Amino acid sequence: MSITYLEAIRNAQDKALADSPDVFIYGQDIGAFGGAFKATKGLHDKYPDRVIDSPISEDAMAGLAIGAAIEGMRPIIEMQFADFSTVAFNQIVNQAATHYWRTNIPCPVTIRLPSGGTPGSGPFHSQCMEAIYAHYPGTIVMTPATVEDAYSMLLEAIFTDDPVIFCEHKYLYYHLKADKLPTQSLPAESARITRSGRHATIITYSAMVHEALLAADSLHDDGYEIEIVDLRCVKPLDIETILGSVARTGRMLVLGEAFPWGGVTSEVISRVSSEGFHLLDAPPAKLNAHDTPIPYHPELWRYHRPTANTIKSAVQKLLKD
Amino acid sequence: MADVSTQNTDTGMITPEAFKDAFRWMVLARTFEDKISSVYRAGKIVGGVYVGRGQEAFSAALAVQLNRGKDVYAPLIRDMAGRAAFGEPIIDAARTYLGSAKGSMRGRDGNIHRGSPRDGVPAMISHLGAMISVVSGMLFARRLRGQLDDCVGAACIGDGATSTGSVHEALNMASIEKLPLVVAIANNQFAYSTPNSRQFACKDLVDRAIGYGIEGTNVDGTDLADCLQGFHKALSRAKSGKGPQLVVGKMLRLSGHGEHDDSHYIPEEIRSSGLGKDCLAMARERIIAEGWGNEGSCQELEEKATKEVEDAILQADGEDPPDPYTHDWNACFSERFRDTQPDQ
Repeated sequence: MSITYLEAIRNAQDKALADSPDVFIYGQDIGAFGGAFKATKGLHDKYPDRVIDSPISEDAMAGLAIGAAIEGMRPIIEMQFADFSTVAFNQIVNQAATHYWRTNIPCPVTIRLPSGGTPGSGPFHSQCMEAIYAHYPGTIVMTPATVEDAYSMLLEAIFTDDPVIFCEHKYLYYHLKADKLPTQSLPAESARITRSGRHATIITYSAMVHEALLAADSLHDDGYEIEIVDLRCVKPLDIETILGSVARTGRMLVLGEAFPWGGVTSEVISRVSSEGFHLLDAPPAKLNAHDTPIPYHPELWRYHRPTANTIKSAVQKLLKD
Repeated sequence: MADVSTQNTDTGMITPEAFKDAFRWMVLARTFEDKISSVYRAGKIVGGVYVGRGQEAFSAALAVQLNRGKDVYAPLIRDMAGRAAFGEPIIDAARTYLGSAKGSMRGRDGNIHRGSPRDGVPAMISHLGAMISVVSGMLFARRLRGQLDDCVGAACIGDGATSTGSVHEALNMASIEKLPLVVAIANNQFAYSTPNSRQFACKDLVDRAIGYGIEGTNVDGTDLADCLQGFHKALSRAKSGKGPQLVVGKMLRLSGHGEHDDSHYIPEEIRSSGLGKDCLAMARERIIAEGWGNEGSCQELEEKATKEVEDAILQADGEDPPDPYTHDWNACFSERFRDTQPDQ
């Protein structure tokens, strides 16, 4: 038996709905239809009162979830695509994220963002929004890269008392499979050493973990052992695990699928430069998507975001520095 | 405050008790805000001051018919009267204006943003229209838990907020979800300096209700009895499963947008029109004319309000401000998810 990343997300929601009457899901087409990606398929039949179709109103969806969370519920909002969460931006960053700080009452909402690029999806169905939300105080931002993490971290997100932005990667939905769901897992806030190495570290998250693994395989054939750190949660950042890896290798490439200006990659470089400058044997490097909107045509799209080849080139340059 | 029978359902007449109850909170709100304005001009207020002068009848008429501890009430910036009527202690207001650490927002947010979600008063954010869907969510949660009973939610906005996408999304959603929600629109003719003519092009804001499939009522915002009656009708409908209700009150803002604003842009013809009538003075005259009270009893009420306000301001003024050095600088509830920056 195997289970996909998408099925892990569905199973986590199923378990959360079964475990707690406080959990409900609200989103567009998520009821009987089962969601645009089928992340809620079958859940409406099992929990008809708690898996509910919403109108196309991202702002009001988030607002409704916030109100319910204030009352002690644990709502899950499915944004049909991460890109559309900009319509709910105000409610998320100004209402949900400030609520505990302002009122001393937590706001346990989980906002699921189907994120990242797939071929042919274009500028408005491909974005990686993690940095935008991580910028605001009061949020937790999770970016699972594995089937097991998609399951365990989503459960942690739902039962955490703060707003969690859960960036699930659409490219991984069907591509990624595991044998079974985990019964135990690393805490969501901890990064993971996905691959051990000694010549350089790639620090990354979400779908880019898998591109980094391909690059590391190729570099292994050239005699280099590349360590890969999967951040898992981009806010908070597990700076200890990052610094530990950089201490072992002395070289660091920070890799992300998001746009290059600011963001998670820049934040990691900033933190390592100020807290672990002495650990670095070469200037810290970063690799992101191009600084343009995300192109529609698959040939352009493949060139727009980092790939195993461009990652390998970036590491080779880093190894020469 | 709560639990008053506002209307004699046989005749449709407002009871004197309900009228006088709302009037009491209107007097307290006006007294408090007049005092806060003068303290503001003396430079002693932390942040801005936005008052509800001229809107007290519309504000109190809604909240006096709600029950604290049961209903949800989301006031906006000109709802001091409603807040008081819903049971917010006057000291809460004094503390936030004067920057006491004991205020309900503990110095983290100020003045008109204060709230007490556990008492059914969500803490407003500045983005207009954003609180309606939050009230819907609070009602939605109660219904999912089977605890809705006959509770009702009320959200207050102004004419300016009706132009936002948030209001459209929230009204449409509340109608789809058939929630017991009353949305009160105080049309005070100006959003900051922008007149109705530059805010909306429909003939009357109440007509918006048709588009959402909800019921709408116009009331004269300067007439307390009309406000009480309009809200009574809307609240009864909402509680009896008829879905969201819109109540639009027309009046004039008898102040600037904030106390920093002299409102020179409000034309004299509007000021001297029926819209410019002072709801508080009119309510007072009605009480005396109807024999529900007299000059003496009104004066007694006003003196009592003055004393209460002065005591609250004196008390808040003597309290310590928040201390940045001992303050808890964490925005997350969950300790393990707190991101620690190196310089902190």
